Amino acid sequence: MFEDLRDLYQEVILDHGRHPRHGHRLEAFDATAKGDNPLCGDRIQLWLKYAPDGTIAKAGFEARGCAISIASADLMAEAVTGRTPAQASALSARFRDMARSGIAPDDDPDLAGLRPLSGVHEYPSRVKCATLPWHALVAALDGAQEAGSE
Amino acid sequence: MNVTTKPALLDLARIRADFPILRQSVHGKTLVFLDSAASAMKPRAVIEAMSGAMETQYANVHRGLHWMSERTTEAYEATRDAVAGLIGAPDRHEIVFVRNSTEAINLVAHSYGRGIMKPGQAVVISAMEHHSNIVPWQMLRDAHGIELRIAPITEAGELDMAAFEALLADGRVGLVAITHMSNVLGSYTPAERIAAIAHAHGARVLFDGSQAVVHRRVDVAALGADFYVFTGHKLYGPTGIGVLWGRRELLEAMPPFLGGGDMISSVSYARSTWAQVPHKFEAGTPAILEAIGLSAAIGYVQAIGYEAIAAHEAALTDHALARLSAVEGVRILGRAQDRGGVVSFTLDRAHAHDVATLLDRQGIAIRAGHHCAEPLMHHLGLESTARASFAVYTTHAEIDALADTLARVREFFA
Repeated sequence: MFEDLRDLYQEVILDHGRHPRHGHRLEAFDATAKGDNPLCGDRIQLWLKYAPDGTIAKAGFEARGCAISIASADLMAEAVTGRTPAQASALSARFRDMARSGIAPDDDPDLAGLRPLSGVHEYPSRVKCATLPWHALVAALDGAQEAGSE
Repeated sequence: MNVTTKPALLDLARIRADFPILRQSVHGKTLVFLDSAASAMKPRAVIEAMSGAMETQYANVHRGLHWMSERTTEAYEATRDAVAGLIGAPDRHEIVFVRNSTEAINLVAHSYGRGIMKPGQAVVISAMEHHSNIVPWQMLRDAHGIELRIAPITEAGELDMAAFEALLADGRVGLVAITHMSNVLGSYTPAERIAAIAHAHGARVLFDGSQAVVHRRVDVAALGADFYVFTGHKLYGPTGIGVLWGRRELLEAMPPFLGGGDMISSVSYARSTWAQVPHKFEAGTPAILEAIGLSAAIGYVQAIGYEAIAAHEAALTDHALARLSAVEGVRILGRAQDRGGVVSFTLDRAHAHDVATLLDRQGIAIRAGHHCAEPLMHHLGLESTARASFAVYTTHAEIDALADTLARVREFFA
């Protein structure tokens, strides 16, 4: 019945939406920020812990939201681990471009694990679900407490 | 719950033929529109009244000395009579046109709240209000030293009448502002009892009839209301036109809300004087075409008749409650004895937004989110729900489609 929705709800998204690996608060952290989507009530709090070399050692989150937003937060936490803040920030910009356009260049290895979320671009009302965690990420990296929205 | 189906007194096939949009398909599927509580579809009578006015009879109102303006003014003012007849207002001058319920409530919060109420007095709202009946009172509270009190609801989603009455006991409440029907839980509130209790404690009462007036006959005099507000677009009319009804002596005592053209008696640089009610509250060129559309919508509803509408929607609601509660994993919110055609629910395996996206791909439109009632959501311990709402054109088959598809949605998220 929902075959045409498989582009949006790929198995990896359903899996991470249901069983997020990083869906927990970090007791020791260096940065945190929350993201709010007042239109739909989605909410995320993100925590980051840096390694001595300044790269992101760990990311964790607590979120209330749909499968898309939870999966996006979880895949984001995986994707930014081991990156410098500058790299993570750049990745956030590329991810948001991908979510809006659906274009994920094959030669961009950084987007590889995130490509399943590119299907969201066909659902304009759901793009913000996917991008909310990434706004919170930028806020945390910048030392802001709260994410600005688009 | 009454599950016996009352005979529908309306000709559903004919009614559906009156709404051109219902023949549209979405994602290649027949449209099943179950989001009428957000905004209802428009019958041909409304569409033609508005386009007909633009094609044959249109000018600004209340100012032209020419034929076009006179005819348009007649049509605009006829809407005031139509609204007065619809809600049992004793005096056509008590009908004030505004943009929507939100503006009507803001008008009362400003003109009655700041103009008549005194700092130290209180406003009582309920725990199941739309943001439109919360935020204007918060603004009044912060600007004018008015206390805001929240009457709780019971676990069933009905107004807790004992707690409500207790909130009025100290005699400081100047105004009670409560929904006549919850846009989330579907609960009707006992408006006559609320008004009697408010008056016994010296308070005035405003009802937000945005949902209620769509489903049942409203008689503001019989309810004992002091103010009643509703919006046109949920009543099969256009957007941009809403109604504030208020008792004439209250409207006359209240200062204007917005200043400008049309609301004055005379203007000089030293001072201006106000027009009589209702024009005192209608600054600027009004929503002329929208008023003409609202008139047609009221005529349409009255031609069907509220008895038939109420019976049809009661049968639909009973059917929806029975079918949805039988879907595994569905939890219905609120079980008020007296309820209208709105059913909010959650599905155990999926967030409301995911549910809405999957349903949409089958052509089924529902609302998902906090329904502009965040404090109520918080009270229910939820961030969002899915909501199906019914209108005069809704069929039992559409509710069956929703229930059947919800079961498949649940399998999808297994």
